[in-house]
Amino acid sequence: MSIDLDQFKQIFFEESFEGLDTMESGLLSMNDGGTDLDVVNDIFRAAHSIKGGSATFGFSALASFTHIMEGLLDEMREGKREADPDVVNILLESVDEMRSLMTAYQDNEEPDIEEMQKLQQKLEKVCGMEVSDSSSEPKESAAKEETEEGRRLGWNIEFIPHDDLLTTGNDPALLLSELCDLGNVTLSMDDSNLPAFENMNAEQCYLKWSIELLEKDADSVVEEEQITEVFEWVEDECDLLIKGIYPERKASDRRAGDRREGGAQEDRRQGARRTDTRRPSDKKPAQQAVTIRVDTMRIDELIDMVGELVITQSMLGQLGEDFDMAKLVSLREGLEELERNSREIQEAVMRVRMQPISFAFNRFPRMVHDLSQKLDKKVRLELIGEETEMDKTVMEKINDPLVHLVRNSMDHGLEGPEERLAACKEEEGYVRLKAFHQGGSIVVEISDDGRGLNREKLFNIAVEKGVINENDVLTDEQVFMLLFAAGFSTAAELSDISGRGVGLDVVRRNIESLGGNVGVKSVFGEGTVFTIRLPLTLAVLDGQLLQVDAQTYVLPLASIIESLQMDEKSISGLASDTMVYRLRNEYIPIISLSRLFSTGENTEVNLAGKLLVIVEWADKRIGLCVDELLSQQQVVIKSLETNYERVVGLSGATILGDGTVSLILDVSSLMDMSNKAIECVNKSNKLAPANGSQEGV
Amino acid sequence: MEAVAGLSASENQYLTFILSGEEYGVDILTVQELRGWENTTPIPNTPSFVLGVINLRGVVVPIVDLRDRFGLESMEYGPTTVVIIVKVNAGGKDRVLGIVVDAVSEVYDINKADLQPPPDMEGSISIDFVTGLATMDEKMVILLDIAKLVNEGILSGSNKDSSAAEVEASV
Repeated sequence: MSIDLDQFKQIFFEESFEGLDTMESGLLSMNDGGTDLDVVNDIFRAAHSIKGGSATFGFSALASFTHIMEGLLDEMREGKREADPDVVNILLESVDEMRSLMTAYQDNEEPDIEEMQKLQQKLEKVCGMEVSDSSSEPKESAAKEETEEGRRLGWNIEFIPHDDLLTTGNDPALLLSELCDLGNVTLSMDDSNLPAFENMNAEQCYLKWSIELLEKDADSVVEEEQITEVFEWVEDECDLLIKGIYPERKASDRRAGDRREGGAQEDRRQGARRTDTRRPSDKKPAQQAVTIRVDTMRIDELIDMVGELVITQSMLGQLGEDFDMAKLVSLREGLEELERNSREIQEAVMRVRMQPISFAFNRFPRMVHDLSQKLDKKVRLELIGEETEMDKTVMEKINDPLVHLVRNSMDHGLEGPEERLAACKEEEGYVRLKAFHQGGSIVVEISDDGRGLNREKLFNIAVEKGVINENDVLTDEQVFMLLFAAGFSTAAELSDISGRGVGLDVVRRNIESLGGNVGVKSVFGEGTVFTIRLPLTLAVLDGQLLQVDAQTYVLPLASIIESLQMDEKSISGLASDTMVYRLRNEYIPIISLSRLFSTGENTEVNLAGKLLVIVEWADKRIGLCVDELLSQQQVVIKSLETNYERVVGLSGATILGDGTVSLILDVSSLMDMSNKAIECVNKSNKLAPANGSQEGV
Repeated sequence: MEAVAGLSASENQYLTFILSGEEYGVDILTVQELRGWENTTPIPNTPSFVLGVINLRGVVVPIVDLRDRFGLESMEYGPTTVVIIVKVNAGGKDRVLGIVVDAVSEVYDINKADLQPPPDMEGSISIDFVTGLATMDEKMVILLDIAKLVNEGILSGSNKDSSAAEVEASV
């Protein structure tokens, strides 16, 4: 019998990693004090499933390790043990170890046992002390016993199945044949309970066995765990008595089979564990299929919508059979219906890819917990807006930048307890992760109430490193953004937590490659806020079509603040060839797309009366001068890089209803292109407030 | 794709086209299809030989004017003007793009042994883009290494930096 276990393995890994996350967050919540029985039960269940699954797939190291951990959890569950920080910490360490074991198994590598054994001993120590004085079942390790009593020759096993063993889908014959693989087995069966044939219930087990398992030779030692592992799934459906066989001396009675098991795992197919547990490891590291978990509600919604679409389609089809002008109204209605259907389906499909950002946030409680111990700082982690949804691909890519920024805040941002008290702050600092939607973007803020950024220091370092010139005049924000320049680090010394000076520019690049941007605000002595802004999805965009020099472009609707017809009086020239528009006492640089893209025939244009579209990106505004505003519609983003290359000022292309290609404008890189102009205006905006208020009166 | 049966291993089929009276050939296996000329959407701030992009059944495909690229004088696009859609591996993945030529000519079986190395040439057709010269019916055919032409002659270096951080916008 052979079942392809690989497909189950993938599921096992997914579920187990989820289980580990559950355990971790449960343990962390216990850290705050108090043993909530529900939480302990959750953790126990997760551990139990992992144990069962890993035994099934032959990950024996993981199974035996989890087994010991489970013992400890069981005691907590029964109230025999309090969740003091030491226990929680060792359990957290164990979770880490399980994770690394699991990763090794997933990559088809042999796991590193050494680390595990150390931890296992620690765990056993914690368990052992408690067990010896509160339990009537001494759990001494087999190894210890061996040294005391000489070499073990084998095992005597009494296997007495309960009546209902067969109804749970287990087959004693398979268990026994598996035992045969371990060593030389002498089997005797007791059929005294077997009733007369006519009274026999086919689903009831009447037999019991006593088994003598002798080791094949001196090299192949059979451990007790291996035997209990064979009976793992039937523990609750049988009485199991395992005794060691030793030369001459009397073997001490050791009961190991009747540990309590809480899970409802026993009804798994027995067949699954019969296949080869040791898979040939000639395969390359497993290619992992990327899967996504979707609420079935959402899929049901989709199916409903497809149903509606089919109805609309057949209605339109019928209309087409014998169409005359009298039916024009119903044709229009049908087309409207079709449009509504397709839009709804599109939205629903997009939602399938959306996941709450809590998936990315979940790792932080653990990280902050560990780091605060390591750094000896008191840190409170606040998570806000965990339910904010974002595209799965985007989320995967912001994980690393987020980790980096949080580490950065904890290491450089927050001060130690003494320093905080000296600065009249609470001893405990906070790191806050906040996610929310704004327009068509998702914004994640990482803030702390630490020491803030030192403008002078940053400026001096930047001059020193040649990033800027000594005489440059920069705004606070521009100085802070220097943090993200390549090869820039403010940390006086390097630490293994952050600060090799290569980090923040990578963060910035990663985020910009997703079409987002990073910003930073800080008040010296009060704290720092990093802001990551990302597009909600990478696939579809609400766009405003506009025309410049007979070319149609798409501008993301979300970035548009307003559109207006320019009034000649508000246009003024600035510096050499920069024009600005005064809008409610704010000067906005006018960017001519025609000039930026060199599509215009002549560069001399009369701006008055032309249309200005004011767009915003990362709190900056520019006005794009366009010839005409066309319709608004959703467009599908096609990458230009697929067949060509990235073009500055464009985020991609799309195909319009008439089949022609239209280019999608990228506001942030348009701003970069016209950066010179913006800087000029920003400077004058700073100098002009007095002037502006005068005019405003 | 397998070569047509009957061809020996060293023989390749080449599709030839005319550019300003000269005959050029490309490996026929790189040719995806032939199309008539249609209007393109120009891409701003790109070299003049990049005419723009077209919609090829939902895929955005750039179109390159080979005359312009090779520094030949430009010509009005007429009814025989043909766009050859080629698929080549560039920058680590398959890219589809179209090249505009005056007219498509023939399909030849050319034995590699019959190729002559190109003479040292300078100018816009670097010698690197030419696999060799062949003589067919007393006429010279210039065989192009289209993959190399696309990689080094059409795509600019900027793409190599961005390809690492590239984001595929797929639906």
